[in-house]
Amino acid sequence: MSRLTIEASTPLCLLQDAGRFGVRHLGVTQGGAADWRSMSWANWLLGNGLDLPVIEITLGGFAVLAEEDCLLALAGADLGAQIDGQPLAPWRSFTLHKGQTLKFTQPLLGARAYLAAPGGFDAPKVLGSSATVVREELGGLDGMGLPLAKGAMLSYHGETLLVRDMPLAHRPDFRLNAPLDLVLGAQIGQFSGQSLFDVFNSAWTLDSRADRMGIRLLGKPLQYQGQPMISEGIPLGAVQVPPDGQPIVLLNDRQTIGGYPRLGALTPLALARLAQCLPGTRVRLRPVVQDVAHCEHIKYLQRFRNS
Amino acid sequence: MNPRIEVVALDCLMLRLFDDIAEANMPWMLAASERLRGVFGAQLIDLVPSYTTLMVHYDLTLLNPNQARELIAEALIDLSPNAQAGGQCHVLPVWYDLSVGPELRVLAERSGLAVEEVIRRHSAREYQVFALGFAPGFAFMGLVEEMLAAPRLNTPRKKVAAGSVGIAERQTAAYPVVSPGGWNLIGRTPAKLFDRHRDGYSLMQPGDTVRFEVVSHAEFIHLGGDDTPLEALA
Repeated sequence: MSRLTIEASTPLCLLQDAGRFGVRHLGVTQGGAADWRSMSWANWLLGNGLDLPVIEITLGGFAVLAEEDCLLALAGADLGAQIDGQPLAPWRSFTLHKGQTLKFTQPLLGARAYLAAPGGFDAPKVLGSSATVVREELGGLDGMGLPLAKGAMLSYHGETLLVRDMPLAHRPDFRLNAPLDLVLGAQIGQFSGQSLFDVFNSAWTLDSRADRMGIRLLGKPLQYQGQPMISEGIPLGAVQVPPDGQPIVLLNDRQTIGGYPRLGALTPLALARLAQCLPGTRVRLRPVVQDVAHCEHIKYLQRFRNS
Repeated sequence: MNPRIEVVALDCLMLRLFDDIAEANMPWMLAASERLRGVFGAQLIDLVPSYTTLMVHYDLTLLNPNQARELIAEALIDLSPNAQAGGQCHVLPVWYDLSVGPELRVLAERSGLAVEEVIRRHSAREYQVFALGFAPGFAFMGLVEEMLAAPRLNTPRKKVAAGSVGIAERQTAAYPVVSPGGWNLIGRTPAKLFDRHRDGYSLMQPGDTVRFEVVSHAEFIHLGGDDTPLEALA
């Protein structure tokens, strides 16, 4: 077993995995890493299953001290990570030697960094997952949904079978300004013609009102002209439009059902990019049909197998 | 019933069975759920039922959207309402009191009924669980009689105590854990609505029926209830 002591943390530093599945009919949310892609690469770098428990560090303010030599991997945002003051770039595995401190200072590029350990960090599974959902008091180190706290001990038991280097071409570029793909949903035709034009032809600014439940987009108000809806299941990435006309992208910790009309849902790859954007970022949306998005996603997943 | 399959996300389809909320939907919803779980098997990640819809979240590494549509269509062939509809019947003890249910007075004023009569009427009916959502184990139940219907609070409370029983429009529900909430509160139940150690986790499931039983303060405490007044939580 290898251990690390948490020397600094914030309420935004959480143990996460791919999420909690098979219980959404009970009102239990999905949870899981907001940027599934970076989480997957962090695990991949150590030869782990892609969905094993990792540490999600949002914006920084996190530090760990190695109690033994620890082999770790870092992917996702560049949060100004340093080992005893020496900069550490993401998208790589590294050894944190006994007595060394790994510290995340401030967001330099992106918003969320993922720290992985061989075999995943130790945490109990609650309803099938270790994903921390604070609101539901589920998951995390003690299973009760608490964020990672100063003084707590992280541990892992896994052996490293294979340390890999990530092909440069596969590193996600968080500067990339391509539009976010939106799979069109059933209510799309019930927005006004002007709204349909505005959705895809104007920029949307990420509001500071953003958390793991959802991110609000600010821009020209959209107008829904259909009937009021009865609450129904909401998928990950759903873009719902409340009466004020300002869309909200629903993320991992969203409520399981809801009654606002939706434009559709962002693709998982678009969501992974959105999860790395800071408030104030301007984004554009691009319509995509389900079949095309499906094929692109399957193609992306092959990178984890073929690299 | 007029089933339609709609796109909701890359790996999710919505099966829309009805257009309105009705108690008569439930046997069909239960039958469709069972069929969907059967035909999808391990290819199903989650099935999210609501009042009139079933959202199918399938494993995109095993199925493409067309294959998922075909499976849904297959599940609907010769569908007939589930004869066992009704599920379990639960009796939830409730301590109706102004200290834990301040909107008892509001509902009384709106309806012109005495507070005691509001309590009697709320506890007289058997309700159906339409859907779970909002929070783990939070069951949307109905329908409460028209006289007791009331819109949600203009400003939701930041903290509603666990076990709080409320009314919104013609629905009623109990909060499983402390959470924000905008329902009109009328009482509190000591029942544990969500328990990670219970088989099935949630006390109530869609299709179950529920009756609220009036209990005294002493019984409420005896059953493990927490009588901390609502204001003390704010």
